[in-house]
Amino acid sequence: MTDHAITSVKVNDVSLNFGSVEVLKQLNIDVHQGEFLVLLGPSGCGKSTLLNCIAGLLDVSSGQIFINNKNVTWDEPKDRGIGMVFQSYALYPQMSVEGNLSFGLKNARLPKEEIQKRVARAAEILQIEPLLARKPMALSGGQRQRVAIGRALVRDVDVFLFDEPLSNLDAKLRSDLRVEIKRLHQRLKNTMIYVTHDQIEAMTLADRIAIMKEGIIQQLDTPHAIYNKPVNLFVAGFIGSPSMNFLEGELTNGAVDVGGTSVSVGRYGFEPGNENWSGRAVLGVRPEHVIVLNGVDTQPFSFDATIEIVEPMGADTIAWTTLGGHSFTFRADSELNLEEGQKIRLGFDPARASLFDAVSGERI
Amino acid sequence: MTDTALDIRASAGSQARAEALTGPNGPKPRPIISPRNIMIYGTLFVVSVYYLLPLYVMIMTSVKGMPEIRMGNIFSPPLEITFQPWVKAWAEACTGLNCEGLSRGFWNSVRITIPSVIVSIAIASVNGYALANWRFKGANIFFTILIFGAFVPYQVMLYPIVILLREAGLYGSLTGLVIVHTIFGMPILTLLFRNYFSSLPEELFKAARVDGAGFWGIYFKIMLPMSLPIFVVAMILQITGIWNDFLFGVVYTRPENYPMTVQLNNIVNSVQGVKEYNVNMAATVLTGLVPLIVYFVSGKLFVRGIAAGAVKG
Ligand SMILES: Nc1ncnc2c1ncn2[C@@H]1O[C@H](COP(=O)(O)OP(=O)(O)OP(=O)(O)O)[C@@H](O)[C@H]1O
Ligand SMILES: [Mg+2]
Repeated sequence: MTDHAITSVKVNDVSLNFGSVEVLKQLNIDVHQGEFLVLLGPSGCGKSTLLNCIAGLLDVSSGQIFINNKNVTWDEPKDRGIGMVFQSYALYPQMSVEGNLSFGLKNARLPKEEIQKRVARAAEILQIEPLLARKPMALSGGQRQRVAIGRALVRDVDVFLFDEPLSNLDAKLRSDLRVEIKRLHQRLKNTMIYVTHDQIEAMTLADRIAIMKEGIIQQLDTPHAIYNKPVNLFVAGFIGSPSMNFLEGELTNGAVDVGGTSVSVGRYGFEPGNENWSGRAVLGVRPEHVIVLNGVDTQPFSFDATIEIVEPMGADTIAWTTLGGHSFTFRADSELNLEEGQKIRLGFDPARASLFDAVSGERI
Repeated sequence: MTDTALDIRASAGSQARAEALTGPNGPKPRPIISPRNIMIYGTLFVVSVYYLLPLYVMIMTSVKGMPEIRMGNIFSPPLEITFQPWVKAWAEACTGLNCEGLSRGFWNSVRITIPSVIVSIAIASVNGYALANWRFKGANIFFTILIFGAFVPYQVMLYPIVILLREAGLYGSLTGLVIVHTIFGMPILTLLFRNYFSSLPEELFKAARVDGAGFWGIYFKIMLPMSLPIFVVAMILQITGIWNDFLFGVVYTRPENYPMTVQLNNIVNSVQGVKEYNVNMAATVLTGLVPLIVYFVSGKLFVRGIAAGAVKG
């Protein structure tokens, strides 16, 4: 994203306490116009709380919220120019689908023709026209979620807020709707803030991802950067499945000593100023960056390992070994027919790995 | 030797398989007369007799003439059915100087119960809604005071309220009594509604706020349509409670405004003349008829409402 992008939602130093519990701590985010931002984090880290603050459903304890350069910190939810989609759909059970879609517009006292026009358009976009007369009870989970999205759509707002909209659906439906949401975003070009704890959703949908932990944004960057250059151990371990291998050891003279095995990190791209760093460090290697068989010997680092556990996943296989006393997993083509007890030579390129300060957990 | 051993094992195996196919299948048969059934149905029978017998005696006695009653045999059905005691109880029985029967008390009770039920439920449901969904400042303190109110014994409040009503010029009037019933119904009803509204999904409320509905918009358009069961529960509680009330009726109203229960008491306990058991019984059944009908008509909804809202904290 360019620096000149227009800011759509700005969260400025927002804190929120429930009694003595600090849920959000001096949080700052700038979301650009038309951007798809995903808030990702473990359960209870404050994602929903942040979204509710942006929506105006919770009063912040301190700080400000701007939407379209207007300070909306004290505004009612309806006046903020947002539409929201909830995890439990939250459709009004006694109203028909049409009633659900038009409820907000009626509250805003829009003229009848305008309401009809907008409901028809939303129904067309989401392909729920045949369902307009039905009650939510008579809809499937996927249809309900579409109606819930439609309710945000008819409001014709600039900012969409999604709170785990797909987590109540089964896996198949989830991936279908995921694509539909992406398509919707391409078509409407609204700003979207999307909460999830599903990394696949985050990776596939996001322009940028904000990783949260205990009310603090750990890293806010593109999916590519988050995956390849996590800023700390938490982000590195949270993103990626199976998760990153962490090899702890002493870093001196451009090599990490992992339980007796010396791994040279000469080609590693240190953060500026850290080139001569030394001390206890953690070398993080993604299982999918490990090379097996062909080309192992061209890798800057290679070693012999014995396979302990094999987990076939269909397309590929996860295998567990050890390196220098640390458990070490790698991902391999399932055609290799790996077996438990098999000896194998593995290699990886430290340039693609990550190095962290073992004490502070920060990237070096 | 080994051959036979193998044979035996094989045949044992097939036997086991045959057993698996012919063994228990489907629901386990239960004998109709078992200790368990005897316990269950015996208890149910005893309990129903315990509750139904008085009702039976009352109705039988109320349709007998006085001569027949004097013969005793309270359990025997009437030899000659007469509805005269019912007519007398409704329209002619005397209390003091007044000989209009229960009918006046009935209409008083109607005029007390209907406004009290409507007003108390209207206020309590809004209270409960505000407490459950709009966490306003001081909500917790308000709620604590309200709960505390549910445990204050009525007797403590009797006299202070007499003074308050007198100062307001409402002492003795039906309006005064309606106000008293509304206030005393408030703690338990508010609790009931608060718990019910808390059990509704919070996201629904949030969605309605994003959709621009205000306090009353959400209450009337979202909450009310979802709350029929709890309103029925509240109505039953209030109708029966207020209809059956005796204490407030006798303390806060003048004789011409006495509710039915007070009038019933005055008829049954009147000291002049002979005790007309049949009239008393008829009057009692008449007084109890309203709550009884309410239960019969709305029993199912009542159970559903209790299950839906009242249990959850
Ligand atoms: N009304 C409340 N009162 C007190 N604490 C609350 C309240 N609502 C949320 N919390 C706390 O705030 C923290 C953040 O909650 P939040 O719902 O934002 O988490 P989340 O990141 O959305 O988690 P999830 O992924 O499970 O939805 C949690 O620890 C939760 O216990
Ligand atoms: Mg959440």
